[in-house]
Order: sequence, then structure tokens, then C-alpha cells
Amino acid sequence: MCGTCGCGDPKNVVSISLPGEKQKIEVHTHEHKHGDKFHSHEHEHHTHDHDHSHAQQRVIEVEQDILSANNLLAARNRGYFDAKNVLSINLMSSPGSGKTSLLEKTIVALKEQLNLYVVEGDQQTMNDANRIDKAGAPVVQVNTGNGCHLDADMVNQAVKKLQIKENSLVFIENVGNLVCPSLFDLGESKRVVIISVTEGDDKPLKYPVIFKSADICIINKIDLLPYVDFDVKKVKEYALQVNHHLTFFEVSAKTDEGLSEWYGWLTENFNAK
Amino acid sequence: MHEMSIALSIVDIAEKEFKKSGAAKVTELELEIGLLAGIEYDALEFAMQMAVKNTVLEKAVLKLDKPAGLAKCNDCGLEFEVKEMIFSCPDCKGYNNSLIRGKELRVKSLLVDD
Repeated sequence: MCGTCGCGDPKNVVSISLPGEKQKIEVHTHEHKHGDKFHSHEHEHHTHDHDHSHAQQRVIEVEQDILSANNLLAARNRGYFDAKNVLSINLMSSPGSGKTSLLEKTIVALKEQLNLYVVEGDQQTMNDANRIDKAGAPVVQVNTGNGCHLDADMVNQAVKKLQIKENSLVFIENVGNLVCPSLFDLGESKRVVIISVTEGDDKPLKYPVIFKSADICIINKIDLLPYVDFDVKKVKEYALQVNHHLTFFEVSAKTDEGLSEWYGWLTENFNAK
Repeated sequence: MHEMSIALSIVDIAEKEFKKSGAAKVTELELEIGLLAGIEYDALEFAMQMAVKNTVLEKAVLKLDKPAGLAKCNDCGLEFEVKEMIFSCPDCKGYNNSLIRGKELRVKSLLVDD
């Protein structure tokens, strides 16, 4: 069943593939069985009878975190990264903010000095994995089908497939979405949220949850600032209202402006782990 | 959008607990979802309607506790209630705050019949 809308679309499977590899390796199979006909019903309007005269009622205290299954796997990923001395970065943003372009530039700049790997998350296509492959880093593409975010299980499978060496830097490019990825711990070391200047400087106020969960905020496409009504000072002010501990980088993945500071932060954190 | 995967996880947890309990049926499912947990209540309730179909929870009543947020100012130490994701200290107006409560995402209990 689709994790987004509950439809029973059989095409909605997760696949994890290397560039050039035949796609469709299923990761998730939900146990739930569903009738083939859609019918809606509301809880408030149930007419089942509430006569419990013959039954013994009791309360089962469950007290379990709903995300515990994901969080356990995330902890396992974190342990794996830690044991291999790997710095892992979860990149989150809206579609089109320049995550892949930023990665391409970063790979070309740092691949000689660091072991770099990339996990690419998209609903469909190998397009991004092919771009990363061309830029020169080993990459695995996760296609989530209808899913709106990566989860720890997908990252676990993808990282196994990458066969990462010790002392590496792994980028996890999440599905383009400024809402859902924020809730799912992948086991990453740092979270980076990217916003581009074509998006509107009130994004942190509109989508606070993702900014709250991030360590770094990258403001991309600053080469376009003369042409858009985007106030860098304002976006930082708003983002800091949501998350007092954010560190900012202002970059253009097109002109390379500001990228050396970003590379500096990466290498510094890589050496410090 | 992520509410459906949350709903599926809820059903998963509840079904496992129900199986362990050996009870005959579930009459009520109690959840605790904090006001600042990043969940849209309406979307979750809608998703739950789909997720419980053909499961032991299909006829259970959904009870949703929605604890409000509680934050502490890291500058002046004041504890205060919050209802939104963006908030400043009502006393010193600072944004250097920590959230103490309001991000709960838990299956609390099941009411079952033996």
C-alpha cells in the first residue's frame, strides 16, 4: 500500500539501483491486506453495537514511539557509519533548489582528497544518479515510488549496496520535499536544508519543522539575487527564529561563489569525526 | 503527506501488541500526538481510516491526545506553553529556547475485550 495516499497501486514499489543496472528491487512489502474496492467510512459514525456485557475489558499500556521501527534502524545506520568512520550528510529541500547541482560541484572539488559516496532519493528515474555518476562518485539511486521521503530502511539497503570504504563522506540526497523528510531519522551525522533565492524568503516560517531539525542552512542560487525579491537578511532572521543554532552558507552552485566555505565546513567536520 | 506512513506504523504496532495480548478484539486505540510533532491531525485521522481497513483496528474507536508544547528559555530559564513551531520567550523575547514537550508521537494504549 502506498505510504502517501493509501492507494493500492502495484507500481508503488521502492527500488534501489546502481547506474546502468536493471531497476526494481523491492524493499518494502506491507503486510496489510486490503479489499479491492474502495469505500470510505468515518469513525464517528460507526453503528457497531457497544454492548460488552459478556466481554472482559482491559487496557494494554503500549507506550511505544510510532517512529520506533525507523528510529531503531536509524540507530543501526549510525552505528555502522560510526564504526566505519563515515561522515553522513542528509540533504533536504524542495524540488529544484539545486541539491544535485551542489553535489556535482562538491564531488568535482573534493573527490581527489576524500572518499565520496552518494545515495540519491527520488520518486522516479535514474536521472540524478546518472549526473552524480558522471561527476565521479559512486552512487545508488533509491526510487521511492509514491513515497515522499527516504527512511532509515531504504538508506540501510542503499548503503550496503554502495560498499563504502572506511573514512568516507556519504551524501544522502533526500526526496525533494520540504515537509516529510524532516520526521525521519536516517542515521545521518548532520542535516542540511537547502533553500534557493527563487523560492521566497518566508520559507522558514511556512515550513518550520524542517528548519528546526537542520544543522546547516544553505542558501543557493545567490547569483540570481539581483533579479528576484529575496532578502537574505530576512530569510536568516526567520530561520533563526525557528532554529537558533543554524549555521548558514550563501552559495551559487552555478558560479561557484561561496562554495569554498561549504567545502571548508565539510572537510573540517570530516576531520573532526 | 507522511501521515499515511505514520498511520501504517501505528497499525503495525497495535496489531503486534494485540497479538501478544491474546484478547478477542480491540475497542479503542489511544494515541498521543504532540501539537508540534509535525503531524496534521486531520490528515492523520483520514489516513487512519484507510490504514485500519481489514485489520483488528477496523472497528476500534480512535482516541487522540494532543499535548500542547512546553518550552524553556535557555537565556532566562522561563518555562512556557507554546502552540506553534515558531515562538519566542514571553519574558526576554529571545529565540534561544528548547522544546520540552509537544513532539510526542506515541501509541499509548489499547482497550481490548477478552
